[in-house]
Amino acid sequence: MSGARLSTLALSDFRSHARARLELGRGTVAIWGANGAGKTNLLEAVSFLSPGRGLRGATAAEVARRGGSGGWRIAALFQTPEAVREVETGALPGEPRSVRLDGKAAIQTDLAHLVPVLWVVPAMDRLWTEGAEGRRRFLDRAAMSLIPDHAEAALAYDKALRERNRLLREGARDPHWYAALEARMASAGARLAENRATTLTALAAAQDRAETGFPAADLAIVYPEGAAPDTEAALAAALEGGRRADMAAGRTLTGPHRADLEAVWAAKGVPARDCSTGEQKALLLSLVLANARALAARGRPPLLLLDEVAAHLDAHRRAALYAELDALGLQAFLTGTEPGLFAGLGASVQCWEATEAGGVTTLAETAAP
Amino acid sequence: MAAAPADIDALIALMARLPGLGPRSARRAVLHLVKRRSTLLLPLAEAMQDVARTARDCVLCGNLGTEDLCAICTDDRRRTGQICVVEDVEDLWAMERSGAFRGRYHVLGGTLSALRQIGPDELRLPLLESRLGPEGVTEVILALGATVDGQTTAHYIADRLSGRGVSVTTLAQGVPVGGELDYLDEGTIGAALRARRAV
Ligand SMILES: Nc1ncnc2c1ncn2[C@@H]1O[C@H](COP(=O)(O)OP(=O)(O)OP(=O)(O)O)[C@@H](O)[C@H]1O
Ligand SMILES: [Mg+2]
Ligand SMILES: [Zn+2]
Repeated sequence: MSGARLSTLALSDFRSHARARLELGRGTVAIWGANGAGKTNLLEAVSFLSPGRGLRGATAAEVARRGGSGGWRIAALFQTPEAVREVETGALPGEPRSVRLDGKAAIQTDLAHLVPVLWVVPAMDRLWTEGAEGRRRFLDRAAMSLIPDHAEAALAYDKALRERNRLLREGARDPHWYAALEARMASAGARLAENRATTLTALAAAQDRAETGFPAADLAIVYPEGAAPDTEAALAAALEGGRRADMAAGRTLTGPHRADLEAVWAAKGVPARDCSTGEQKALLLSLVLANARALAARGRPPLLLLDEVAAHLDAHRRAALYAELDALGLQAFLTGTEPGLFAGLGASVQCWEATEAGGVTTLAETAAP
Repeated sequence: MAAAPADIDALIALMARLPGLGPRSARRAVLHLVKRRSTLLLPLAEAMQDVARTARDCVLCGNLGTEDLCAICTDDRRRTGQICVVEDVEDLWAMERSGAFRGRYHVLGGTLSALRQIGPDELRLPLLESRLGPEGVTEVILALGATVDGQTTAHYIADRLSGRGVSVTTLAQGVPVGGELDYLDEGTIGAALRARRAV
């Protein structure tokens, strides 16, 4: 397998994990245990090996273990064809999250270049029925996995957007100031739009080529106002032209921050939001698997975090999922309340049982089911 | 319960406010000083008092000096028609160490940000405009950071100075500047300056 493989994961004072250390092989990792045992917490720790706030959108202070020192730390080793890479992330009490790569201070966006991390968590069950923000974030995470620079463009756009919105709310009139921010937004925004379009193309291609038990989705990026300017010049012109209306609204009304991701169950022609709960979940999983295939084909297989996914699939789809994970040869982390859910994952699966006592999780490696 | 006497604790608390120092390193530094009272602590205290008494911001460019006008602003040989705009005094010092720039400076004291409530007036920009004529300025060189705020500020200044009869340039792209100038060696700064381009 090319790309980076997570070989060691060590946690201290992360959520319910006071201290944990996992030595990982090539295959799938299954974590089972009772409700509240600390399974999702472990997946969340893995999600912190990518830029951002992880799979729960948590702050540095929130993930520090209650009753701990107030700080926390995650250390990971990755085996790449060239070298062993060392990632360390954590926070001192009351301080923001910091990152070290191979012992040197780094920034979060550097993590995007090392290994992509994708996840499906129960909170995403409502992805297709709730507001556009969640779908936009999902799309941007896919884009970031395929185009690591996407994180920088997204951060730059977001920062300039927040600056401009503040000017609008304060009723500032200095046209030079608006022009300067709009120039930043236009250049970062055009990159955002282009990356997102590239991502949709890659996902579509990965769905077309796949032999899979999962449904294919037709994807489109849509805007509440219909179309949106997506070249640098068009975006700059739209922002300048929109200043008066934006000031009345107190926020920026056009631009890539308004994008929404639309999905249609291709075989039935039914929009995702009108599908059944199980179908919506299958679509979501299908897209994440397509994303993983696209990455694997580019020599960058992702870490795939599937929280409580197995329990919600019927036996047929579960078998299809396990077959696909096996074929892709990537590292997936699965959780469930019963070890029996993971029968069928093959002999290379590594199993841990999570148990909780006094608010602290213990992980014990167990035999494959 | 505090381990150290109250006045030492107060000193530690002050030190911990310095950039790069946290509570732990501040404790270490203070302990180091207190153990060397005559050889280090007293000379340091005297030097700090001297600087506190004599240090002044140059009323024109914002550089640090001991008079109303800094040594660069009073030196006629540095009236070359070029002004280099930097975020902070540390950037000015880095440029000076490189020896690559012979003109004058304008220290903004930060970057434009509505979120941090720093507007053009907080950045001494009106002062920059008022210097153009009297100092015979023909070129304003922007040496600002690659961050969103740095680039916004550069764009803003270029926009505001357009039509004022000066050319506005920026250091070669790809060279990290603004707070980061300090990390560049002299040769790199010189090369970035020679490869500057119009905004
Ligand atoms: N900062 C924290 N410090 C200590 N414990 C925490 C912290 N944050 C959350 N927890 C606790 O961690 C416990 C385990 O949470 P987790 O979500 O990992 O459980 P789980 O094994 O995934 O359970 P389920 O099967 O219900 O999803 C919860 O009881 C929660 O209260
Ligand atoms: Mg859970
Ligand atoms: Zn001066």
